[in-house]
Amino acid sequence: MENFTPYSAVIGGALIGTAATLLLWLNGQIAGVSGIVQGAIKMHSPDRLWRILFLAGLVCGGSLWLQIMGPSFTPRDNFPLLLLLIAGTLVGFGSRIGNGCTSGHGVCGLGRTSGRSAAATVTFFSVALATTFIVQHVLGGIS
Amino acid sequence: MKQQIVALLTGALFGVGLSVSQMVDPEKVLAFLDITGNWDPSLALVMGGAVAVTLLTFRRVLCLSRPLFASRFQIPGNEAIDLPLLAGAAIFGIGWGISGYCPGPAIASITFGSYEPAIFIIAFIVGNFLAILWQGSKVEPMAEH
Repeated sequence: MENFTPYSAVIGGALIGTAATLLLWLNGQIAGVSGIVQGAIKMHSPDRLWRILFLAGLVCGGSLWLQIMGPSFTPRDNFPLLLLLIAGTLVGFGSRIGNGCTSGHGVCGLGRTSGRSAAATVTFFSVALATTFIVQHVLGGIS
Repeated sequence: MKQQIVALLTGALFGVGLSVSQMVDPEKVLAFLDITGNWDPSLALVMGGAVAVTLLTFRRVLCLSRPLFASRFQIPGNEAIDLPLLAGAAIFGIGWGISGYCPGPAIASITFGSYEPAIFIIAFIVGNFLAILWQGSKVEPMAEH
């Protein structure tokens, strides 16, 4: 557990929760990233602009932190391309069918004590844990 | 105009939170998901920290008659725990467990120098369109253009 970073984890998490709170309190919107992307790429959507700006903010926030603090890790860039494409497609397909992802169901759905979001969160965490176990320890890991 | 500024700033704060907590590093995410490996519990505290805040604040915010800069709260009305929800969450979990990426961290880390987040997001959008096609063929005829 030498990689455990409890303080930055809790502080970063609290910042994410604060961002979700502000978006709900000020704009009345749920900070679910998959849903925001879906609305942003939909043609003729009346409220596309705020979604695009939220996503632009996400990019800016990450970049800004990198500029100020410098790189804290080496970004992985050797993941097999085909697996990355499959994983991204599954995440896109699943979050659309299930109406949410880690932020929408996890951070926001649990915050408003939604049973539906709790069920989704337990499901995707359980399946992700099982998937990682199979990939790392049954199939012998990636690259 | 206020709403657009709020969207940009809350997105940026969200991105900073993902960076501070290092969730932008897919290997840190996989180090959490790999419980039987060299386990890193950090992700649980990120989720815990975020949900501790939203649990405290959302209830109070939703007691207000309306948001500060908008006419109403846009909260999902559907509370059904049905097959599409569970199947979708499971499919999401497989992709997340394979790669260590979910949409927020992938977008927030797109400028970090690796090609992976951009490829992941393109595939995410493809998966989205596949789901729309699949839903359209099951539920209702495709919308006309």
